[in-house]
Amino acid sequence: MDWTAVWLTLRLAALTTAILVALGLPLAYWLATSAWRGKFLVEAVVALPLVLPPTVLGFYILVAIGPHSPLGQLYETLTGRLLPFSFQGLLIASVLYSFPFAVRPFAAAFAAVDWRLVEASWCLGVSRVRTVVRIVLPLSWAGILTGMVLSFAHTVGEFGVVLMVGGNIPGVTRTVSVAIYDEVQALNYAAANTTALFLLGLSFVVLCVTYGLQHRVAVL
Amino acid sequence: MTSELVASFEKRFPGGPVISAQLRQPIDGFSVTVLFGPSGSGKTTVLRCLAGLERPEAGTIHCGDVTWLDAARGIFLPPQRRGIGYLFQEYALFPHLSVAQNIAYGLTGLSEAERRRRVVDMLDLVQLAGLEARHPKQLSGGQQQRVALARALAPRPQLLLLDEPLSALDATIRDQLRQAIRRLLRALDMPAVLVTHDRVEALSLGDAIVVLDQGKVCQSGPVHEVFGRPRDAAVAHIVGVDTVEPGKVLHVAEGLATVAVGGVELVALAPDIEDGAVSVCIRAEDVILEKGAATPSSARNRLAGQIRTLSFEGPMVRLSLACGFPLTALVTRQAREELALQEGDQVTALIKAPSIHLVPRG
Repeated sequence: MDWTAVWLTLRLAALTTAILVALGLPLAYWLATSAWRGKFLVEAVVALPLVLPPTVLGFYILVAIGPHSPLGQLYETLTGRLLPFSFQGLLIASVLYSFPFAVRPFAAAFAAVDWRLVEASWCLGVSRVRTVVRIVLPLSWAGILTGMVLSFAHTVGEFGVVLMVGGNIPGVTRTVSVAIYDEVQALNYAAANTTALFLLGLSFVVLCVTYGLQHRVAVL
Repeated sequence: MTSELVASFEKRFPGGPVISAQLRQPIDGFSVTVLFGPSGSGKTTVLRCLAGLERPEAGTIHCGDVTWLDAARGIFLPPQRRGIGYLFQEYALFPHLSVAQNIAYGLTGLSEAERRRRVVDMLDLVQLAGLEARHPKQLSGGQQQRVALARALAPRPQLLLLDEPLSALDATIRDQLRQAIRRLLRALDMPAVLVTHDRVEALSLGDAIVVLDQGKVCQSGPVHEVFGRPRDAAVAHIVGVDTVEPGKVLHVAEGLATVAVGGVELVALAPDIEDGAVSVCIRAEDVILEKGAATPSSARNRLAGQIRTLSFEGPMVRLSLACGFPLTALVTRQAREELALQEGDQVTALIKAPSIHLVPRG
């Protein structure tokens, strides 16, 4: 099995999930609580990666981070390196591609919290931020966990966007799903099967743990 | 100078009604103002505006020297900085926290020892000592209500706001808690504004009342004045009772209470009434009229009086009588014609003891 690819994939998925938690929780809270009329625009943008072909998304990300784009130029000035076909470029693409898989469960979990509990907390003199920490997050952790697991699993399984933005550079951008594709192309079915089985087992265990935890919460 | 909460504001909902309210509530000691009205009258919205949970588009709210709201000047104090306690209709207890943690939730800026002592005090006050480790789900409705009350009172707010505090409970517990709440607020010298659509709740808990209908204040004033002398037919319909007078139970014997009302004494059934202040409620259709002086009958109460006014309501005639206190009677048109009742006539009003409803005022 291609352990370099496995390690790279797990690193990419973990970092993507961490960034999505940092960006997604505030955005999801805003989506769940805002009464702004134009909110549907933001919701539509967040959901776009669900319906776009990965090649379309990958193509535009490639253009957006390319050496002629403002983002690409800024990155080159700061680091002296290029974003496309790098791990960092792949990370940006993964975050965008998995955005709805984090934000939508987060927002659903926040929306399910009884709003009167939040108001009760405010009336007891507790600030908005402290109320989120002490009331909203503890009551919506099952949904937050779901969003994190889905983001992680989705990143592990992504293929089209990786090929478009990252290419297939071992140790830099070659993820497990691309490695499996390579083995199949080389008619190396046994190696492909080992890696595929590993991914299948990992995904199943992670989902079992998630649903098991959620079930225990529901029973409590 | 007495400190007061003075509010006058307008809250609009897109595509909905405009809710406007004017009210004053002393905040330097125990007294309760009741916001009373049918469902949809906007009374909860008014309470939420007082709490800072809704932001009115126009008007002002001043609490003593502090401005909570001045829409014209863009001043809006958030709920955190109003120093209020708010009791939600369904209690809104934090389900992931224990009883003790719920009560301690709003206690900031206290040492750990002080916090613990305050929680113990509050538990004693609402008679829930021993339940501090339970979670809200493990409590009965009445216990949850008392935890919510303790949580709202623990930070020692300057004003308590209660939204239909008893509506989620069954009748027996409601009767017990109604008296308990008033005793508790009196013991803490806590001013309160309370929302209810329940007449008995308004009468037994309120000192002043603000009657709301379709988003407008129809009448406000002392509870007995508003219930006993509604300004117009609309208010009379909302308050739904014809005669409400303050009275005093003189003595109770063999299940019957003797009550002084105005200049007369009435006999009423006394299921569990103790001596003291009560509201005396009599429905107009329970009053029987005889022309002239009293003749013997089975009715315990025979009151000589004079007809003040008559008003026609479909097949019925509503009469206001002066018989030591203002009493309203409702008779059919035929009855009025047979007796030839006119303004100024002397009549005798008969009321059976079970038709006089006494509401205790603790």
